[in-house]
Amino acid sequence: MTTYRISVNGATRTVDVDEDMPLLWVLRDVLDLKGSKFGCGAGLCGACTVHLDGEPVRSCSTPISSVGTAAVTTIEGIGATPVGKRVQAAWLDVDVPQCGYCQAGQIMSAAALLAKTPRPADKDIDEAMAGNVCRCCTYPRIRTAIKKAAGQNTANAGAL
Amino acid sequence: MATAPIQSDGAPATRGIRSRRAFLRASAIAGGGLLLHAVLPAAARAALTAPSADTATLNAFVRIAPDGIVTIIAKNPEIGQGVKTMLPMLIAEELDVDWDHVRIEQAMLDAAHYGAQVAGGSMATPLNWDPLRRVGAAGRQMLIAAAAETWGVPDSECRTAGGTVYHDPSGQSAGYGALAAKAARLPVPDLKSVTLKDISDFKIIGRSIRGVDTPAIVTGQPLFGIDVTVPGMLYAVFQKCPVFGGKVVRANTDAIKSLPGVRDAFVVKGGDAANGLVDGVAIVAESWWAAEKARRKLEVAWDEGPGATQSSAGFAAGAAALGREAPAKSLRRDGDAKMALANAAHVVEAAYSYPFLPHLTLEPQNCTAEVRDGKAELWAPTQNPGPGARIVAATLGITESDVTVHMTRCGGGFGRRLSSDFMAEAASIAKTVGAPVKLLWNRQDDMRHDFYRPAGFHFFKGGLDAGGKLVAFTDHFVTFGHGDRVADSASMDPGEFPAGLVEHVDYGLSMLPLSVPTGALRAPRSNAFAFAFQSFIDELAHAAGEDPLAFRLALLGSETRLLPSAVDPKNPLRAFNTGRMHGVLQLVAEKSNWGKAELPKGTGMGVAFYFSHLGYFAEVVRASVAPSGSVKLDKVWIAADAGSQIINPINAENQVQGAALDGIGAALGQAITIERGRVVQANFDGVPLLRIDQAPPVEVHFLTTDHQPTGLGEPALPPAIPALCNAIFAATGKRIRKLPIDPAELKWS
Repeated sequence: MTTYRISVNGATRTVDVDEDMPLLWVLRDVLDLKGSKFGCGAGLCGACTVHLDGEPVRSCSTPISSVGTAAVTTIEGIGATPVGKRVQAAWLDVDVPQCGYCQAGQIMSAAALLAKTPRPADKDIDEAMAGNVCRCCTYPRIRTAIKKAAGQNTANAGAL
Repeated sequence: MATAPIQSDGAPATRGIRSRRAFLRASAIAGGGLLLHAVLPAAARAALTAPSADTATLNAFVRIAPDGIVTIIAKNPEIGQGVKTMLPMLIAEELDVDWDHVRIEQAMLDAAHYGAQVAGGSMATPLNWDPLRRVGAAGRQMLIAAAAETWGVPDSECRTAGGTVYHDPSGQSAGYGALAAKAARLPVPDLKSVTLKDISDFKIIGRSIRGVDTPAIVTGQPLFGIDVTVPGMLYAVFQKCPVFGGKVVRANTDAIKSLPGVRDAFVVKGGDAANGLVDGVAIVAESWWAAEKARRKLEVAWDEGPGATQSSAGFAAGAAALGREAPAKSLRRDGDAKMALANAAHVVEAAYSYPFLPHLTLEPQNCTAEVRDGKAELWAPTQNPGPGARIVAATLGITESDVTVHMTRCGGGFGRRLSSDFMAEAASIAKTVGAPVKLLWNRQDDMRHDFYRPAGFHFFKGGLDAGGKLVAFTDHFVTFGHGDRVADSASMDPGEFPAGLVEHVDYGLSMLPLSVPTGALRAPRSNAFAFAFQSFIDELAHAAGEDPLAFRLALLGSETRLLPSAVDPKNPLRAFNTGRMHGVLQLVAEKSNWGKAELPKGTGMGVAFYFSHLGYFAEVVRASVAPSGSVKLDKVWIAADAGSQIINPINAENQVQGAALDGIGAALGQAITIERGRVVQANFDGVPLLRIDQAPPVEVHFLTTDHQPTGLGEPALPPAIPALCNAIFAATGKRIRKLPIDPAELKWS
């Protein structure tokens, strides 16, 4: 066991855990932040996506010992950023979720995309979001919601 | 017992709510008997208001607070199909309240009040469309009666709107909140006799209502089974034999117990039924990570049993051998197919096959359980809590009434959570350790211990006359089973299209033995048969020199025929209505500009239709195949007839799009392979899920017809697969007869 001081959603938190414990399980079971989800444990599905200093990472494959002083932002905290708030509002408006299990990860990846690329092309969306699976296949709505959050026209999203 | 941690608003449920529910249950046993046990007898109802003096309980589904806030109970498990929103909409509509004043609460397992509580078969809409509207209408009638009595006027002079009763002649009005306590003491109307609204008066049904849990989802609030926390809870993993049916011989549990954070490790002896407790080794720890990490050091000697000889390659070889023989069992014989094939101008013969498929709910199987004093309490992401409680009771040796089940939101269902193995495991482990336990499977557990969509093999023959008309159609279906029993979800409906529309038909089946558990995967059977039958129909259309869509329209005929279901012949909704399919086929042709679009080389359009889950779906896929063989979908068009009313359009479209893309994702690369009795694949690198860069736009068109509304969770899936395969044929001339699609076989230059 090692003591780590990490920054989570703007607050400093102290945890006493094994150095190889993934950040996901520190968040979920030590800090009781249940929004980040476990899907594969291998960085293959994106359900556990959080931000480290604004960069999307798979928290299931990020040992706590590697977090250091990086600012951790989770789905519980992303609404405090202007981009995150816009993305959540667009997700609500479009009513993206079906089961909803992947959507925290989707929103975190989308917020990271829009923070860097405020007006993404479809190709940008594909690249930024391809690491996040939605088992219910809400992909048409994820695309629409990202464009909506970016203030882009979504009327012809389905046109060939 | 611990408190229930989750409600729809994410706040802890109180002990008070639970104890009142317990009272409701007892009351219903004392005097129930009305439809769905929805409305309680007067004596019980009067007492019901006592525990919570400010809230009146009109019936088991509806509570109204003095401020007019209406709480509606969502009775069925929510797996992403949207019933937690849709079913309360039916009640709210007829109760005549503003949706803004409605709060939704998830029911617990309580069959006495709610009847069947199951997420399966896309049946929530057809089973509840009428009864739940009547529940709402009965509540409205009681509120009117309360107002009329208060004002001394006839009921017939009162009307309702937006949660208020009005008496226009005297100008009086009263909100439901003020009337509810009185209404709850009035006689209960006969649900069969209540008046339902005219469709033109609907204010909630037919309006797009966003998911009631969406705000909690997008902000990461705890909702799912995996999010449950119970005070004093420990965490468990459960290692089962990689070979189905294998037994534990011994395990190094003493060594495991000494690892950091581990509280206990022990061998669990189970039975032979996969849908229950089977042999394995439990590791219980202070955190799930500690248990999972300890599993790396676990050494188990297994008796793998007879299943260890089975393999996918063996199944394929066995099916090929059986396919050369006559079927072991006849399913249907119309006319004389043998003679008709001998006399046909043209005979087409083809063998189709598809693999085992996993469910891959993104939330792995999990369950939290506490067992104390002969009673069990479970928090489970389940589609099927009733059988789950029965299996838990049998596993623990307690009575079913001593099993309490909280239904959490499910991170996907797809049929996986119709089985209750994970509930039996959690209950057994919790009983042994004497503390609440959250059991969570990892992805490998989940992929390797599923109830798989059974693989299958079809050996088809079709005969065309000189005019290109289909006159004979035969299928020898090679499936799995033992003796007279076909494996779960591995049977075939003798009414399978085109039976009934072709003069000479011969369907038969043969079976291979199987140790691999099988079960319902979204649109069970249909998700496989649509591919095989609608692809072979396409082959026949091309052999006849006809346009594939025109060939299908001709097969259906221009006059509507009702072909009774072979498995449920008396149910008119189950009968195949050729006219409804004709309608959606014509609509999808129009919307996709079928046969009129100029397509570049390597691009093609394919069509297919399928009737399943009472819904009529015709779909067109436009796909492009690169010279490398890689397949890209350009667009999907869907025309659907699900009856007279789309209840919640914003969700209906989402369900239909998602189901079609789900099928496409499976076709593009998913398979479970069995070797030496065990599953080869372990994670999403082995079974790829569809990703956003592969997902085309999906255009959905609903054709409303004068039929009862039916469900939308499943029926869009089956035709998407053959529509894609037929598009690939149109693009490349290469016929997909085996799933998943192999790009290496689609190369061109």
